[in-house]
Amino acid sequence: MRVPRRFVTAALAVVLPLAVLSCGGRRHGVATVLLDRGSDTMINVAQAWAEAYARVAPEVSVEVAGGGSGVGIAALIEGTVQMANSSRPMKPAERDRLRAARGVDPVQIVAGYDALAVFVHRDNPVASLTLAQLEAVYAEHGAAERWSDLGIRNTACPRDTIIRISRQSSSGTYDFFREVALRNRDFKLGTLELNGSKEVVELVGHTPCAIGYSGMGYATPAVKMVPLARAAGAVAVAPSPRATLDRSYPIARPLYVFVAGEPEGETRRYLDWMLSPPGQAIVAAVGYVPLPAGHTEAGR
Amino acid sequence: MFEATPQALRRRRQERIATSVLAAMTFATVVPLFAILGYLLVKAWPSLSISFLIEPPRDLQTHGGIWPALVGTIYLVTVSLAAAAPVGVLAAVWLNEYARDNWFTRTVNLAVINLAGVPSIVHALFGLGAFVLAAGLGQSVLAASLTLAVMTLPVIIASTREALAAVPWAFREACWNVGATRWQTIRAVVLPNAISGVLTGVILQVSRAAGESAPILFTGAVMYKAVEKGDLLPYGLNESVMALATHLYNLVTQINGAPESLQFATATVLVGVVLLVNSTAIVLRVVLRTRRKW
Amino acid sequence: MTTGASGAPAAPGRARFRRPPLSVWTERLIETVVIASGVSAVVFVAVILFFVVREAAPVFVSEHFSLREFLFSIEWYPTSLVKVRYGVAAMIVGTLAVTTLAMALAVPFGIGAAIYLSEFCGPRLRETLKIVIELLAAIPSVVWGFLGLTVVNRLLILLFGASVGLNVLNAGLLLALMSVPIVVSIGEDALKAVPDAHREAALAMGATRWQVVYRVLLPAARHGLLAAALLGVGRAVGETMAVLMATGHAVQIPGGLLDPVRTLTANIAAEMGEVSQGSEHYQVLFAIGVLLFAITFLVNLTADLVVRGVRGK
Repeated sequence: MRVPRRFVTAALAVVLPLAVLSCGGRRHGVATVLLDRGSDTMINVAQAWAEAYARVAPEVSVEVAGGGSGVGIAALIEGTVQMANSSRPMKPAERDRLRAARGVDPVQIVAGYDALAVFVHRDNPVASLTLAQLEAVYAEHGAAERWSDLGIRNTACPRDTIIRISRQSSSGTYDFFREVALRNRDFKLGTLELNGSKEVVELVGHTPCAIGYSGMGYATPAVKMVPLARAAGAVAVAPSPRATLDRSYPIARPLYVFVAGEPEGETRRYLDWMLSPPGQAIVAAVGYVPLPAGHTEAGR
Repeated sequence: MFEATPQALRRRRQERIATSVLAAMTFATVVPLFAILGYLLVKAWPSLSISFLIEPPRDLQTHGGIWPALVGTIYLVTVSLAAAAPVGVLAAVWLNEYARDNWFTRTVNLAVINLAGVPSIVHALFGLGAFVLAAGLGQSVLAASLTLAVMTLPVIIASTREALAAVPWAFREACWNVGATRWQTIRAVVLPNAISGVLTGVILQVSRAAGESAPILFTGAVMYKAVEKGDLLPYGLNESVMALATHLYNLVTQINGAPESLQFATATVLVGVVLLVNSTAIVLRVVLRTRRKW
Repeated sequence: MTTGASGAPAAPGRARFRRPPLSVWTERLIETVVIASGVSAVVFVAVILFFVVREAAPVFVSEHFSLREFLFSIEWYPTSLVKVRYGVAAMIVGTLAVTTLAMALAVPFGIGAAIYLSEFCGPRLRETLKIVIELLAAIPSVVWGFLGLTVVNRLLILLFGASVGLNVLNAGLLLALMSVPIVVSIGEDALKAVPDAHREAALAMGATRWQVVYRVLLPAARHGLLAAALLGVGRAVGETMAVLMATGHAVQIPGGLLDPVRTLTANIAAEMGEVSQGSEHYQVLFAIGVLLFAITFLVNLTADLVVRGVRGK
């Protein structure tokens, strides 16, 4: 059957690129792929780990994706990833679902610590805040709408409004702040909910009237971190690695990696490396707090 | 005797004012493009270089280049085009050349128009539900490309139809009169004459597919993939990718410590790719129009 | 003879000679493939709607969910530990606010530019300007958002003393620039479609060019111009990334142009990545998708009817 030339050309134009592209794929010599998903807070450190590990063990490729702590845990439950990063503990319901779906218990590994700093613009004169004041600012029905309500003369902000900046409602960071600073009450409507830890700090840096919270490691010269006191009259502590580890800073949390069942094989190797000095050096480099020396075994 | 009356003078003044206002309005719609391009280039300058294009990102993506994202975008665009172009062109051929004017055709028309208007985020939801989950493709080039294909399909259909409709009726009649079948007519005469319009429409959708981030956000684009410098085929079709549009989004919202010029450079490359593709379509359209036989 | 959709006579049936059977068979096969492609377009719209509705459906019959709360409450707390609330009213207002502002800017400027291009411009200049405007439309949405977040943000604080630079004005400006090319393009088509005879008749009576536009062309082209505006609206309502980055993403009814808001599209984009599949939150996000689909369907249907009204004349 005589096939018209144009038809063949058109067919090739469609099929050829697909054929070529399907030849692509994993780097030569990569035998194993480990998938690591979850917390957006941890995505930078997870990715730094992946990048560095590629030099340590070139036959293993670690792929990192964000999506939030909840998404990572959900993927772990479904079995589509080996590791889930999370900036919050696993909820009991999630533990049950994992047991039901994969027949094993989740194993919780503490990979580092993070302090949630409260950021204001560097020209904002506020010297310290209490957790109660934070609640008054952020919580639904909280009394503080203006800087003067907190007794602060924010000279950088002519309109005296407090612009509240937060992470989005499905983020582990949001959950954690809500738990500690708002005592699980809801945020006020009209709070700006931004999608990334860095975006929060960037915006505070441009907005003299703003207040926001994000990981301590995201600080820039345009903002300052406010020392926090657990109660009025208590000593206000600024976020720092030491204050995080000895729990004097009120809003500090562990950073977790969850796996389903005891880790084995390449996953175990990766996790061990993560907790070892080179891995922990990366944690510090990214701006988080590494595990104190002597705690480098997979913690529970 | 030929002095202008007060009314005529007023009308002429109105005309001058109107012309100036309209010209100003047009100017206001035209200037932004240049202002934006200029601003992007100026802010991006410190980071722009050849190595920026072919190197992968490093140091937590605060330095280095955008190669994985560039390649990823090419992957996505190629696969989505391979899926959408044949289906779209053939659908338009059917609608314009074969279909009779009945309720079914009108429904198809309405469907195409609506598909074109669906917000990109709804396409993303669909892609998630259909390709990632139901079809089991997971977060992959295939899932993301198919989502992009469904998004670009209706516009390819619409522009192909326009191109086909522009071919004079007489051409078709001449073919039928010498005994050609409908398909022979289309293949030998109609399509070749409509090719410039068809190609233009397809190429414009290429640029759109390259620039969209919402449809690929949860269907295949991820934040980080380890890719060697200059690796031309780094991704398998069932793997997730980095893409220029989502990479820019991550740089702006998540990645900490990157110099501002890096963000601007990424934006510049993205805009550059898109404008390059669009300009190709425009040039093609102009060149092929001069070769038209009617 | 039966006529095809474009009024074409059908291909000749029984001819005096007999075609080679293979050719007939190929022809039928190709016709089938072509029809299948056409049908696939319908299938896709139906399937998209089906999927989105299917994923959303369970929540509509769930007992905590109330359609009235969904549509009329401004309280959006999908992950609350105190009281889960799914009210999207503030986001509907947000979408409306930025779209209205965008259209208030894009429609006058767009139609003004369309008139200028169509009636006052030389052909060379017109082609060049049209190309520039077309290229403006090509700028990706995420780049607009990026510009809104970096440039417009600081400008608004500087120029207007805004407390925060991410607000209705920021997003409205960006959306206006994104929608203007559509308004210009379709508006110009509408004006070109008015027969020259109208213009010549008015000019012959001594009208100036502006008078021709104002008294003859705009009324004659009003359906097409309305369609242009509606398609611009459709573009603005469906926009996601730019508004996600430029509105400040705050759930509230804006008191003024300088207040942050949240749009329906941005809400889905921001939260979809983090919900677990099948959860109530996931279903509500799909329900917002259904709402969006309905809104854009209505806008597009109206635009289509309006344009059809022109052809029917």
